[in-house]
Amino acid sequence: MSADLVKSPGTSPDPAPAEAPPRSLRPALRLGPEISFPVHVRSLVVFLALLVITVVVAGWAMTLGTIDVPVGTLIQAVFGSGEDGIVRLIQNWRLPRVVIAIVGGASLGIAGAIFQSLTRNPLGSPDIIGFNNGAYSGALIAILVLNTGRTGSTIGALIGGIVAAAIVVGLATRGGGLQGMRLIVVGIAISAVLASLNVYLILRADLETAMAAAAWGMGIFDTITWSQVLPIVIALVVLVPVLCGFARSLRLLELGDDSAAGLGLNANRTRLILIVVGVGFTAAVTAAAGPILFVALAAPQLARRLTGSAGIPLAASAAMGALLLLVSDVAAQQLLAPKQLPVGVITLTLGGAYLIGLLIAQSRKA
Amino acid sequence: MTTTGLDSPRPAAPGVDPAAPKRSLVEGTANRLVVCLVALVVLVLLGFASLFVGSGEIPASVVWEALRGDRTDTLALLVTDYRIPRAMIAVLVGCALGVGGALIQAITRNPLADPGLLGVNSGSFFAVVLSVTISGTANLSSYVWWSFLGAAVAAVSVYVIGSRGSGATPVKLVLAGLAFGAVLNGITYAVTFLDPDVFDKIRFWQSGSLQGRQIDTFWWALPFVVVGVLTAVLLSRSLNALALGEDLAKSLGVHLFRTRAIAMGALTLLCGAATAAVGPIAFLGLMVPYLARVVARSDQRWIVPLSALFGPVIFLGADVLGRVLVPSEMPVGVVVAFLGAPVLVAVVRTRKKSGL
Repeated sequence: MSADLVKSPGTSPDPAPAEAPPRSLRPALRLGPEISFPVHVRSLVVFLALLVITVVVAGWAMTLGTIDVPVGTLIQAVFGSGEDGIVRLIQNWRLPRVVIAIVGGASLGIAGAIFQSLTRNPLGSPDIIGFNNGAYSGALIAILVLNTGRTGSTIGALIGGIVAAAIVVGLATRGGGLQGMRLIVVGIAISAVLASLNVYLILRADLETAMAAAAWGMGIFDTITWSQVLPIVIALVVLVPVLCGFARSLRLLELGDDSAAGLGLNANRTRLILIVVGVGFTAAVTAAAGPILFVALAAPQLARRLTGSAGIPLAASAAMGALLLLVSDVAAQQLLAPKQLPVGVITLTLGGAYLIGLLIAQSRKA
Repeated sequence: MTTTGLDSPRPAAPGVDPAAPKRSLVEGTANRLVVCLVALVVLVLLGFASLFVGSGEIPASVVWEALRGDRTDTLALLVTDYRIPRAMIAVLVGCALGVGGALIQAITRNPLADPGLLGVNSGSFFAVVLSVTISGTANLSSYVWWSFLGAAVAAVSVYVIGSRGSGATPVKLVLAGLAFGAVLNGITYAVTFLDPDVFDKIRFWQSGSLQGRQIDTFWWALPFVVVGVLTAVLLSRSLNALALGEDLAKSLGVHLFRTRAIAMGALTLLCGAATAAVGPIAFLGLMVPYLARVVARSDQRWIVPLSALFGPVIFLGADVLGRVLVPSEMPVGVVVAFLGAPVLVAVVRTRKKSGL
């Protein structure tokens, strides 16, 4: 295996994942002779561990800031008791920020997992294939050209993301098949066009609007309020059940179209639905907090390494995404405190470094 | 040789560039010279056109009188001090990026290579932002050396990262460029974000624009571009040998390391000067050699001069287009991206068996 990363070798880009034990040896949750669920113990442990770490980091993040809040006061304030100012600070500012990092990160992790499964390529994440830049273009056009308000930008981001997705998938599809590598290169091309369009849109604006738009363009959380958290939560409430319904189909698609069809799956229709769901997760985050790059790329891969599963684990990817984005946001707040960086700057830098590391690690095995 | 996946886009047979069309559309030296001549004529026509269009109405008669030196009022000054230098800079930068693209594609043997895609422009941009932040001034003389340094470091780093292990394959290089560019852009954004002053100085430059450039930019960049292009011309025989594969090139007496190092140096001069002059421009270095290969197949001795001609034609054309297209003037970098992305998509879609 010389260049796994760029060879789209099924869903196992890592030549040495822990081999999944044969199905019969797997522990299962048995509720009777007929009803049983296979339980991947390590995945479950990883998932729970990630959740616990995320909650701890979230708590710690909320104690930080211009006003230090001790843990005891914090817990009281979260539940609405204590000094008025502190309660308002926690409930209206720090809590939504932490929540959006967690929920947004989870959404990106799931979106990345879906796309990486569908393209059977660790690079098939929405940020590399142009959805984020498309959503950003849509939002910028809404804000800077059409002068719509906040809601307009949300709708614009949604439309922009979906249009960019449609263009990229359309151009990359040839002769009926969607090829991972071609999808990525076409995505990079379209991404670059959209990025330059975005620069142009920002350029036309006056400095103050441009600064604000550019900050949002890098993903910024420090002005987040509950009204921006709500749409993501609603999107998740709608999309997660849909995804759960199709999780099994996603696994079947990983086996290849022929096998999936042999098992009675309409591969093209299922793929389309899953793409729409994946775009939905990405667009919801982008609309609320700007395009945040690389979380969708890194989270599923890290999760897969930790769980040692053969496919890309959805739940662990979500938990990993939440933790990554939360930690990035804490870094964005604290690194140059009191000045705050957009969280996207951190994820861009870290994600780029992660990708470099991935390329180097892959080449070692060659 | 592996034939699956992305390791395959090595030349299938000696001398055959995988990205080049099977047969050249234009055979024979005489016909290629005709193509050169046509390109030259188009370039001259575009040059004239670029003097007549622009933001602000200047009557054609005024332009003529200004060109002949009969007028010296404000309108005439706009023509002589802005439009003429602008056209000259466009030609110079187009030439630099076209030849730079041809060089980077030859060194990496990668038809997807482009100074923008491979992070070279990000390196330049990063270094320039650093220098503006440190010195507080934003004029060319203070940052052009930084631009070279940034371009050189990025070019070498991306090449080293992308060619580890099994060697540089097109997509690995693009990914390395993407990754390295992301890290640099992240830090650059952080710096510009923290300092609105730097942000304001840099944002027009960032989009790749010819707006408001004056003649001193041209004179600054000229020597570097001339040296870069001449080096590329002199190297073209060695680069031809390099296209045959490392072993064959070595047996033909080509010093591999030296050839690559000199080519990298020329590339740095070309891209660094171009980026310093007008900001990062993506895709020009990708599409110009691609078009040159349509005419010249894989012979670097033709590709380099053809790129030096096609580059200015496309770049100047894009600049004129950007001025005509929208009232508030679209930066040339944006127009080039819109023209170039379809070419990249076309490359990807037509390369059936390369694994892309």
